Amino acid sequence: MRVVVDFDLCESNAVCMGIAPEVFEVRDDDFLYVLQEEPDESLRSKVEEAASRCPKQAITIEG
Amino acid sequence: MSSLQRIVIVGASLAGLRAAETLRAEGFEGSITVVGDEPHLPYDRPPLSKQVLRGEWDAERVALPAARNEALDLTWEVGVAATGLDQAARTVALADGRQLPYDGLVIASGAAPRHLPGTEHLDRVHALRTIDDALAVRRRLEAGVGRVLVVGAGFIGAVVAASCREAGVEVTMVEPLPAPLARVLGPEMGGVVADLHRDHGVDLRVETGVEAVVEGPEPGSPLHVTLTDEQVVEADVVVVGIGVIPNTGWLHSCGLLIEDGVLCDATTLAAPGIVACGDVARWPNTLFDEVMRVEHWEHALDMGAHAARRLLAGDGPGEPFTPVPFFWSDQYDRKIQLAGRVRPTDQIEVVAGSIADRRFCALYGREGRVVGALTMNMPAKVIRYRRQISEGLRWDDALAAAAEPPAPPAR
Repeated sequence: MRVVVDFDLCESNAVCMGIAPEVFEVRDDDFLYVLQEEPDESLRSKVEEAASRCPKQAITIEG
Repeated sequence: MSSLQRIVIVGASLAGLRAAETLRAEGFEGSITVVGDEPHLPYDRPPLSKQVLRGEWDAERVALPAARNEALDLTWEVGVAATGLDQAARTVALADGRQLPYDGLVIASGAAPRHLPGTEHLDRVHALRTIDDALAVRRRLEAGVGRVLVVGAGFIGAVVAASCREAGVEVTMVEPLPAPLARVLGPEMGGVVADLHRDHGVDLRVETGVEAVVEGPEPGSPLHVTLTDEQVVEADVVVVGIGVIPNTGWLHSCGLLIEDGVLCDATTLAAPGIVACGDVARWPNTLFDEVMRVEHWEHALDMGAHAARRLLAGDGPGEPFTPVPFFWSDQYDRKIQLAGRVRPTDQIEVVAGSIADRRFCALYGREGRVVGALTMNMPAKVIRYRRQISEGLRWDDALAAAAEPPAPPAR
C-alpha cells in the first residue's frame, strides 16, 4: 500500500490526521506531512477511512 | 444480519450516498434505491460557494466519485421528489405517482434555504444551496456586476462575500446579529470574522436586516434594497443565506416525530426500520447532553454511515451516535475550524497564537468542561482538541496544558 497526497488539492483540513495520526501529520507550518508513504497493512482501514473522509478527496491509495 | 431485502434512501446527497456505501461495506446484498429531487447524482456542496462561484471549476468537477461506482449497484431515482411516507404499508410515494416499497428506509432529505419574504418574484435574488443556484449566481457575476448584496453573514453568506471580493466584486453584507457567524461562534469571535471581512473591503452592516427589495426604476438598473435601519443599498445581485429549513414536508402526518427535523433516538433510529441522517435529522447527542441537528459536511458523512449501520442492526439496541461536531470554512486566506458545540454564553480563552495575527486557537468552556475549540489557520490544533473533547477534556486541565512549553518532538 502506498499513500499519495495531491498537494494541489490538499487544504490542510487535518481530518486525516485525526483518523490516522501514524500516517498523516499537519504541523505548525499548516502543511500536511505524510509520515509513512508505505504504511503497514495493519493501517489500511484507517488510511482508507482518512481517504474517504478527506474533504478535498486529496488522498489516494495505490496497491 | 436482519431480514432487510429492499432499502430506500431518500436523499441523493452526501449523507444518502455515504449511507449507501456503508450498507454495501457492511455486506448488505439487497436492493438499494436512492431518491433525489434534484436532477443530478450526488455532488459535493462546499465548492459551490468557492471554486464554482468564482468560475474556477466546472459543474462536473463537484460530482462525488462514489455516485458513479457501479460496484455499489444502486438504483437511482433522481429528478423526482419523495412526496409521502406510509409506515403501515412501508412505501415511499414519489411525485410521479409511483410507490416504492421498502423494508428499511434512510431519511436523508436534507434542508432547503429560507427565502427572503417578498422577493420570490425577483430573478436577481438568489439562494445558494444547489449546483443550479451556484451556476445561476456565477452567470450573473460573469455578466459583470457592480455590487453584490449578501443577506446573512452565516457560513454561506460569509464565504460568498469572500469569493466575490476575491473576484473583485463590490460586496455589501447585512446581518441581524452583532457579527458574522455570531450564532455559531458567539459575538467575540464573530467580531474577529467581522474585522477579516472589513479588511478585505466588505461593506458589513450588522444588527440590521432587509426590509424590502424592489426593482430599480429602469430595466437592468440596480435593485433597491431598503434595510431595517432605513438605509438603502443598491445591488445588481442579492445572495440570501439566512439559514435552512429541514425537508420534512413529505413526511407530513406519517407518524414520525417532526420537530425542526426528524426526531431520532440516540442511535439515529426514527421508528422501527427507519433511520435519519444529515441536515434533516435531530437526535440526542449524549456527549453534549443536547438534542441537536447539525448541518456540516463531515456530519453528513458520519451520520450517514452510522444510520446505515443502525438500520442493519435491526431490532438490536444499536450504538449511540456521539460525535464532536466539526466544520471548516475557508474565507480569503484564512481557514476557520470549529470542533465542538458552543454557545454565546460559554467562556472563551485564546490558548495559542494571537487574534491580532488571525492565527490562533481559542477554547470554549462550560461547567468545567471544554465544549469547543476554534482555530483560525491552526488546523492541527483543532483536530487534537477534537479528540480530547470527545474524551471529556476538563477546562482547567486544558488551560494548564496549554500554558506549558511545547513538548519536544516525539521522534
